[in-house]
Amino acid sequence: MQSAASNPFRILIASLMLCLSLAACGERQRETDTAAQEGILLVGNGSEPKSIDPHLVTGVPENKIIQALIEGLIAYHPDDDTKPAPGVAESWEHNDDYTVWTFKLRDNAKWTNGDPVVAGDFVYSWQRILTPALGAEYAETLYVIENALAFHQGQIKDFSQVGVKALDDHTLEVRLKGPTPHFLLMLKHYSFYPVNRKVVEEFGGMADRQSGWSTVENYVGNGPFKIKEWNTNDFLEVERNPDYWDADKVALNGIRFFPIENLNTEFTAFQGGRLHVTNNTIPADRIPRLREENSEALRIDPYLGTYFYRLNVTRKPFDDPRVREALSLAIDRNLIVERVSQGGQTPATGFVPDGIPGYATADAVSYDPKRAKQLLAEAGYADGKGFPKAEILINTSENHRKIAEAIQAMWREKLGIDVGIFNQEWKVYLDSQSSLNYDISRSGWIADYVHPMTFLEIFTAGNGNNDTGWENAEYDGLIRQAQTARSEEARTNLMQQAEAILIKELPVVPIYWYTSPRLIDPRVKGWKPKLIDNRPYKYLSIASN
Amino acid sequence: MTRFIITRIIQGLVVLLAIYALTFVLVALTPGSPFSTERAIRPEILAQIEAFYGYDRPPLERFWTSLTNALQGEFGPSAVYANRSVTDIIGEAFPVSLMLGSISLIVALGIGIPAGIVAAVKRNTWLDYLPMSASMVGICLPTFVLGPILVLIFGIGLQILPVSGWGAPEFIILPAATLGLFYAAYFARLTRGGMLEMLNQDFVRTAQAKGVPQTTIVWKHCLKGGLIPAITFLGPALAGIIAGSFVVETIFQIPGLGQWFVKGALNRDDFLILGLTVLFAALIVMMNLLVDIIQVALNPRLKYEK
Amino acid sequence: MTARTAKMVEGAESRISSQPTADDLEKGSSLWSDAWHRLKRNRLAMISLFIFFGIVLFCVIGPFFSPHDAQEQDLLKGALGPSAQHWFGTDTLGRDLMVRTMEGGRISLLVGLVATLVALAIGVIYGATAGYLGGRVDAVMMRIVDTLYALPFTIFVILLMVAFGRSLWLIFVAIGAVEWLSMARIVRAGVIGLKKQEFVEAAVSLGYSHSRIIVRHLIPNVLGPVIVIATLTVPAVMLLEAFLSFLGLGVQPPNASWGVLINEGQQNMDIYPWLLILPAFFFALTLFTLNFLGDGLRDALDPKSSKD
Repeated sequence: MQSAASNPFRILIASLMLCLSLAACGERQRETDTAAQEGILLVGNGSEPKSIDPHLVTGVPENKIIQALIEGLIAYHPDDDTKPAPGVAESWEHNDDYTVWTFKLRDNAKWTNGDPVVAGDFVYSWQRILTPALGAEYAETLYVIENALAFHQGQIKDFSQVGVKALDDHTLEVRLKGPTPHFLLMLKHYSFYPVNRKVVEEFGGMADRQSGWSTVENYVGNGPFKIKEWNTNDFLEVERNPDYWDADKVALNGIRFFPIENLNTEFTAFQGGRLHVTNNTIPADRIPRLREENSEALRIDPYLGTYFYRLNVTRKPFDDPRVREALSLAIDRNLIVERVSQGGQTPATGFVPDGIPGYATADAVSYDPKRAKQLLAEAGYADGKGFPKAEILINTSENHRKIAEAIQAMWREKLGIDVGIFNQEWKVYLDSQSSLNYDISRSGWIADYVHPMTFLEIFTAGNGNNDTGWENAEYDGLIRQAQTARSEEARTNLMQQAEAILIKELPVVPIYWYTSPRLIDPRVKGWKPKLIDNRPYKYLSIASN
Repeated sequence: MTRFIITRIIQGLVVLLAIYALTFVLVALTPGSPFSTERAIRPEILAQIEAFYGYDRPPLERFWTSLTNALQGEFGPSAVYANRSVTDIIGEAFPVSLMLGSISLIVALGIGIPAGIVAAVKRNTWLDYLPMSASMVGICLPTFVLGPILVLIFGIGLQILPVSGWGAPEFIILPAATLGLFYAAYFARLTRGGMLEMLNQDFVRTAQAKGVPQTTIVWKHCLKGGLIPAITFLGPALAGIIAGSFVVETIFQIPGLGQWFVKGALNRDDFLILGLTVLFAALIVMMNLLVDIIQVALNPRLKYEK
Repeated sequence: MTARTAKMVEGAESRISSQPTADDLEKGSSLWSDAWHRLKRNRLAMISLFIFFGIVLFCVIGPFFSPHDAQEQDLLKGALGPSAQHWFGTDTLGRDLMVRTMEGGRISLLVGLVATLVALAIGVIYGATAGYLGGRVDAVMMRIVDTLYALPFTIFVILLMVAFGRSLWLIFVAIGAVEWLSMARIVRAGVIGLKKQEFVEAAVSLGYSHSRIIVRHLIPNVLGPVIVIATLTVPAVMLLEAFLSFLGLGVQPPNASWGVLINEGQQNMDIYPWLLILPAFFFALTLFTLNFLGDGLRDALDPKSSKD
């Protein structure tokens, strides 16, 4: 009896010991080594993809996967984001004022179900994303096409009136609503990507958001890779697509995307040999140490985006431009970049990030605590006296919190004002920001394509992303003129004038321009720094040792 | 017995219904929508999406539709993850959580019960204090500290266990140890209490007076009764692990249910929240029923009533 | 973690039957002094008691003696190890970790105590009412408790925190709202045991009102197990607060609870170990002492298990 009762414990303890000793027999084979030998790239990819249907997704992790599965007319260039690379289209031409574009489609582009990719697929796809009932979040990006807006909003029912036409199977003509020289860059965005008509129709049709075509079993793509396995919250794997027109160039046999949201878990996963490449941030406090160690794995690439604080100009005291400027002048951006964000970011001198070819960004934002103090006094708050109670709204995140704490301390020290920090959960934060229910709000904006317009147009009156309450007729006029300007020089000039207004008025306080710090296994080859963090996977390879 | 079980099942169903309604109201009152994104969506597009998922209907109608669907076992689609129904999500994640939960419980029992028995027998000596202190490590440090420490030692330092991930058996060891340590203290405490109570029973004194060896008293006479509190806690502990292992799942990147409880709530994924809540409640109700039955089986003096 | 102390209290429930009679209550001093004597014999519990008060003192009084302010930061002195100037070192923003640990302790202890008091207040009144009134009312009230029990804590708290904004008070209420359930169950079980005893019947025959009987006669008699549970609830609550901090739903910056500090320290523990070790040490020590104290109190207040 006695032994019978104690046996289970003995067995348990013995088996636990066994487990440990077995495990202790030797160091583990690292997943990265095995995968490298198989030619499979292991990448951290942020969060679980919400979908892999190019017309229904909005997020970065989804984009990263779709880049492997589907190819648009224009593909991402291997190293220069300001240039187009041929995708399904092998050549293209436009008329003098950039309003009519003709694309010549290659005849060896194929879908994974064997169908050729034809011009009609694009017409069908663009009709799909513009179909009101589908409710595609990014349908708006296609409004550049003639009559797209009218169709999407239901004023036109007949899609043939929209400016896209298949002249024959391999010729696509697109008519735009105005001159758009950077149209090719826009075409890289997944909202312009084709979907396979046959499979979409088979599993629910054009307007079905829950269409079964984009599941692992049914998925049809035309990219360098095709989907192999998808385990929710675990990983999604793609494998080489032998039918891809440029399959010879594809070096990798596959890519495994891991949805790791927690930065520390991801960092540990890299250290522990589970990832070749991390997603585009690593915990800020680790960067100085990695630098000291001269870590081969640390890579800091530019990333076209701005980190800034929105000021709610409909609230006192932020309606006073002097207060806004004082707040901006009292932020020591160098210190924040070096000591808080630590990822080699550039202190912002204007709103549009530096590095866009042909565009000289404003150099007007600076650090001048004396002037800040003086301006605040002029506005009636000498030494911060009488400054109303205000809060910095941030969404839950370690990095945002630290930056806010640093800025809070700077304002207290240099201006004598005591603002609070209010940390809201993401969705509530979005609500608060868009309903102007905040004083100061932490924000960021990442370029969709390499063009200043993606940064400047958001602050026009009525733009859904303005969220500051700031309106300026002169600014709106300049942006409108710029959007339809006939030459790129004229456009640049107009945009620079607009940015100057923005920086003078400061409804937003730019803080820094992003970088993308990440860890990369030295075996990964062909990883080029890019302004927009999209790398065509076909140019990547991995050495086996 | 049958009548008791049937009554309890009916009561359970009422509880589930109440929970369904309560959760629905709570979710409806919470600000934020499953469709809000960083980039503003045009109001007309938002309206189209809302119409697709039925958000344009009055709340009462939505409640009724979702309830009647739920009664047929269909909790609806996830409003955030395309092509995935709530049932799919739960179906994929539940086995993972069950596996993790069971192994963790084994670890917890393996540490907690021996510690509790020794502590009770050697009460107020160092053999009481030491095992109890050891078993308490897990409830004195948050799991988000314990987990990373284990990873640092076994995954990165010694490199004998994977730092995170799921799939092969060796992936379970560290997360199960982290979770198991957390629950070990509870089992130790319950076992100690239960054993103490048994050791103080009159029949134990009689036996001691008759000269029956202490080990026989402990193993033969006290163990069965003394373990009742710990066994009673098993059910709720398993339910708690399944729903509450978010931290461990995050640290070890495990595709279990715990993540969905947090993601569902943060995404405001209504149908998913409702499905998970009902699942959790059903688990609790079932576990409690099971516990009651086991209790009665172990201790026939208890009646089927409460 | 979503610690559910629920079933843990089964033991306490079953012991309540041996609660004091009316006589005992009148000479209550003997009961409490007996308990105190028994507690004193438990070395671990006594050590715990002293250490706990030490930590409380350190956190409450400490900041007044520190040359540093919890919010004063010097970015150029970020993440420096312990030194003569900063005994605990500085955090990544160059703030003195010792003061932050003390102030974090204030917040964590406050959350622990106040949330427990909230739970206690609701639980005791609710449980006593249900137990005393009995019958239908009891059945309905306890079904409500069952229902709330079966609600997944994570979702519930996230939605609450999200819906009602975030203040320290809300954390108290949210956590208290979860923890009162077990209190209610224990108190109810105790009250049912006491109800049929003579002194309660005497009070009824004297025509005292229900509320008076509940407050004056029943509740004092179930205090023993309630104190035990309360002592064990404080560490559970502190752990919940830490969990909320991990989710980023804890106290608002620049304030920091121990949970916030530990979560911050945990992320860099291999490069700045002091950021984790020091706050975690105080946190764990507090939880240890409270748990031992609770266990000791249970032994001391439970006459049955102390006959040896």
